[in-house]
Amino acid sequence: MRRSRIPLFVTLAVLFFFYLPILILIVNSFNASRFETGWQGFSLIWYRRLLHEPEIWRAAKNSLLIAVSATAVSLVIGTTAAVAIHRFARSRLQRFHFGLVYAPLVVPEILMGISLLMLFVAAGVELGLFTIFLAHVTFCLSFVAMTVLARLQDFDESVIEAARDLGASWWTTIRRVLLPMLLPGLIAGGLLAFTLSIDDFVITFFVAGPGSTTLPIRVYSMIKFGSPPLINALSTILLALTFAAVAASQRLSRKGTADSK
Amino acid sequence: MRKEATRKIREILVSLPSLFWLSLFFIIPTLFVFAIALKPGNPYGGIGSGWTLDNLRALASPNYLAVAWRTLWISALSTVLCIVLAVPIGYYLARVSTRSKGFFLMLIIVPFWTNFLIRIFAWKVLLHPEGAVKKILVLTGLTGSQTSLLYNSGAVVLVTVYTFLPFTILPIFAAAEKFNFELLEAARDLGARRLQAFAKVFIPGIRRGLTTAVLFVLIPALGSYVIPDIVGGPGGEMVGNKIAQRVFVDRNLPQAGALSVVLILTVLAPLIGVLVGQRKRERPESIL
Repeated sequence: MRRSRIPLFVTLAVLFFFYLPILILIVNSFNASRFETGWQGFSLIWYRRLLHEPEIWRAAKNSLLIAVSATAVSLVIGTTAAVAIHRFARSRLQRFHFGLVYAPLVVPEILMGISLLMLFVAAGVELGLFTIFLAHVTFCLSFVAMTVLARLQDFDESVIEAARDLGASWWTTIRRVLLPMLLPGLIAGGLLAFTLSIDDFVITFFVAGPGSTTLPIRVYSMIKFGSPPLINALSTILLALTFAAVAASQRLSRKGTADSK
Repeated sequence: MRKEATRKIREILVSLPSLFWLSLFFIIPTLFVFAIALKPGNPYGGIGSGWTLDNLRALASPNYLAVAWRTLWISALSTVLCIVLAVPIGYYLARVSTRSKGFFLMLIIVPFWTNFLIRIFAWKVLLHPEGAVKKILVLTGLTGSQTSLLYNSGAVVLVTVYTFLPFTILPIFAAAEKFNFELLEAARDLGARRLQAFAKVFIPGIRRGLTTAVLFVLIPALGSYVIPDIVGGPGGEMVGNKIAQRVFVDRNLPQAGALSVVLILTVLAPLIGVLVGQRKRERPESIL
């Protein structure tokens, strides 16, 4: 039986659609022309310009600071949430707990942003890096919890029982058995939280105060008011960094599985 | 009995950090939105005292109604387009060899490693009056040189589809991979035409993946704010833009709250629909 060719064509066309804007952006970042009207020769001028934009570097520093601290805190809270949901799965409290952890994943970002803004305004908290941190922990912890929960679900429970039967205390079991077994889930959850935090714009925009600019907020104001070639160059750098990070993490995980074999 | 009690205490202790955090930063803020929607504003951009229905009444203005209608049709159209594109891709990916499967999945995910703002910006450049797409369309005579590709609802739909298509491909692919393709051949053997077999056997077979995919586009599209803000212009504004304008332009938090209440209820509708639908479908099966 001959198979239809249509699915293949749709797949190829969509891949073209996915890559086209990004490729044009990368090419344009090396374009000497200030406007996107045509190719005027290869140039690194926009990259050099980028070095003289202190605000971008300040914003990048803020983003990193928030991403690292929000990842750390959401890892702790998200992991305890996953353990509770998994360990006490039958209880009514955990059914509610699961719903509560799940809900932030389906709520559109703008609603989370505005509701947190209203909380901070009503409570009189000054908007700034600290409010951004609180908001980031809130959405990151749900992603961490879901990732760790997935890891817990294909877990051999009997190992924990064996440790307890052999006389390990509650704390030793957690430290020596549970945490090492959870490690891949923790790494995956942590990476996810870090990426989400460093990439977030909408929620951050609502709870940011004057002087607490993060990289996405800076990029946004450049898109709205700044010069396009600079954004092209910045995007290309960010893209290269992401590629390097993903390649490195894949290398590590491949090495990890090879070692365990 | 004592063991039962210590277990309960331990459960509560382990649950406490996340229950506390999400109560404080998720449940309470959501309740605040509902409460503030019923409060008057004050001239300093804060929240006044007393209660009022004015913010809800203001929602009936023709301007808001037009924006609400546009939000609904842009989201619905983007969802339909995503599904129409994602189903053949999921079907194709489920049938190729394991090696090319991994390769294609990688190709689909890689572009989305870029920041969301940067992808929208890339489209702004492409659709720009001086941009590549416009030039090609004018050269081939598909559009006049006066038609604008940017700053309208069409641009919003295009970029929304671009942004959320991978999130629809993945669940549909996951469902298609579990689908038994011999069923399609059986349908053909029994005389179904190719399209008929596809529509009556394959589509119902991946129903769960389709539902997930629909929610993955529809819900974020309803709450869209950045996409219409960058490529939509005044003719492509959605509810999210109105909320942001009330917050950032005229600092009218109560009005922003009232708009958010509408958005919350709109987003809840498809979610509840799916839950009810699933329950209905599962009940007769559980009786059997």
